[in-house]
Amino acid sequence: MKRATTLAIAAAVGALVLTGCGSSGTASGFKAPDVPMAKKLGANEGAVSILAWPGYAEDGTNDPKTDWVTPFEKATGCQATVKYFGTSDEAVNLIKTGDYDVVSASGDATLRLIAAGDVAPVNTSLLKNYGDIRSFLKNQPYNSVNGQMYGMPQGWGANLLTYNPNVVKPAPTSWASVFSPTSPYAGKITPYDSPIYIADAALYLKNTQPSLGIKNPYALDATQLAAAVAILKTQRHQVSEYWSDYLKQQQAFENGDSVIGTSWQFIVNLIAADKKPIKAFVPKEGSTGWSDTWMIASKSKHPNCAYAWLDYIGGPAGNAASAYYFGEAPANAKACSVIASTDKDPSFCTTFHAGDEAYAKKLWYWTTPVSTCLDGRTNVKCTTYADWTQAWTAIKG
Amino acid sequence: MSTRPRPPGPRTGLLLLPPLLWLGVAYLGALGALFLAAFWTTNEFTGDLVRVFTLDNFRELFQGSVYRTITLRTLGVAVLVTLVDAVLALPIAFFMAKVASPRLRRLLVIAVLMPLWASYLVKAYAWRGMLSTSGPLSWLGISPGYGLTGLVITLAYLWLPYMILPVFAGMEKLPDSLLEASSDLGAPARATFRRVVLPSVFPALVAGSIFTFSLTMGDYIAVKIVGGPTQMLGNVVADNYGVANNLPFAAAYAIVPVIVMLGYLGIVRRTGALENL
Repeated sequence: MKRATTLAIAAAVGALVLTGCGSSGTASGFKAPDVPMAKKLGANEGAVSILAWPGYAEDGTNDPKTDWVTPFEKATGCQATVKYFGTSDEAVNLIKTGDYDVVSASGDATLRLIAAGDVAPVNTSLLKNYGDIRSFLKNQPYNSVNGQMYGMPQGWGANLLTYNPNVVKPAPTSWASVFSPTSPYAGKITPYDSPIYIADAALYLKNTQPSLGIKNPYALDATQLAAAVAILKTQRHQVSEYWSDYLKQQQAFENGDSVIGTSWQFIVNLIAADKKPIKAFVPKEGSTGWSDTWMIASKSKHPNCAYAWLDYIGGPAGNAASAYYFGEAPANAKACSVIASTDKDPSFCTTFHAGDEAYAKKLWYWTTPVSTCLDGRTNVKCTTYADWTQAWTAIKG
Repeated sequence: MSTRPRPPGPRTGLLLLPPLLWLGVAYLGALGALFLAAFWTTNEFTGDLVRVFTLDNFRELFQGSVYRTITLRTLGVAVLVTLVDAVLALPIAFFMAKVASPRLRRLLVIAVLMPLWASYLVKAYAWRGMLSTSGPLSWLGISPGYGLTGLVITLAYLWLPYMILPVFAGMEKLPDSLLEASSDLGAPARATFRRVVLPSVFPALVAGSIFTFSLTMGDYIAVKIVGGPTQMLGNVVADNYGVANNLPFAAAYAIVPVIVMLGYLGIVRRTGALENL
């Protein structure tokens, strides 16, 4: 009898799970579903639910002096709740719950969000600060579809070749120092732990093996992906640690467990602040990078407050505060003077090359690899993010 | 007057309901849902769940040699950690149960339990510091660095109390008279250990090994902290769920350790160790 009861309960649970089945998306390639765009704004709803990268929406709970959410709440009457996420994929998962109004999405999440219909097109004429956004961040392949913007740019940064100058001599000039099979720093190399890192290898191959015909490191056909995987498998034997937690990477560089690898300006500054030897730069091949865009959930229950948040965080004050705290180039051109006066840091925008379009052009921003090749090739199918994910497991072995 | 026990009535049923619900809904239900999800798939681009029956996940599991390698590596680490813990636990438990004075014994039990009071993460990060190339171990001239060796050391440290405690309990049950009889009959210490101590604490060792083995099979956090580039089974499950957003594949792979543990428990049952506990 006991057994029967248990089974009955298990069956009931199973049935619950099954009836939970809704309709699922069927998009296989890339197409933007028809999600309505706001035509005009109404009264603010009094609340907004924010899904953000850590450090993008500080309300003073971590540090009372770091608070740019409260001024927003006072100005708009939108009470903000903030949820931080750790990876792009976590953000994609969370936005599907429908509990969030806005999300700060990196380029490797944006297209997936758009294709799934999870985010709505953004009417930029309703954002009065949109005009101040630097032009090279507007209408990019990772934040727009056919000229339609899907959000408000937040800021960007480069994945830098970072090394310990006391150990790595002579100073490196190329990504070859992390991909060469005979690196003198074997066992001390630290790559970024995400399938998107395959693009770094592809970018290196683009320059060193032109016969492969790689034009865009995010548009790889099967042969090109195999070539990138091959050099990453070689690199695997020289890796000290794959990192995704910035504090662990900071510690590994400071203790000498890693001496060369990929990092971000933000982490480099933290290490330099600890008075440890560190140098970082964009090598001659260029670099991959990340560019974040605030997007509005299609299921948003507070669309007017969502627009208010986008306008605020992309505006001079909000953008300056968040980009300064996070350590990245702000998207708003006016943010630099705010940082110079408010944070007394006039060199900040120079450090992060905020207005340097030539520098920004050297970067290949994270974007989601899809089967329709991003470099315009039509005679071949490109590998998708799912392929990259499986390849990444195989690379780490 | 007869004192026959009353047959179980509705009150007994009510009493059993909450634990049954817990077992059925929270435990078996979750496992059932996991098992179901393993037969689904996701839309490769949007990451939406596609609830259509498919065996693709299992096909990929068996065809991809990388998953076989990772499973075998995980099993190897689990066996190694269990052996290291058994070898360390036997003399410590013997000393605690048979040699130490009652006062010292109490102190030792506290000392063994003490690490359990600290958070798992604190201990794992402490070992990250220990194993670092500029850490205390390197001052002694040993520097395993982050990787498989460091991982086995850390996990063996983390799970050691779970091995010592059952073995200590087993040693306490072992009558001193048996040890005396053995030595009276002229057996050297080694023979006493092999033919008297070991057989009687074997069930306790097996009980401890269930902890060390299963905890290692499922671990993925220590791997991230001290494992360097090493991947274990738990990491692939966590990455597929958290990074790749592929719950069905994560579920399919998560069934592998369930099967391994069922097999392990089956073998343990055959040895009769469970009955003797």
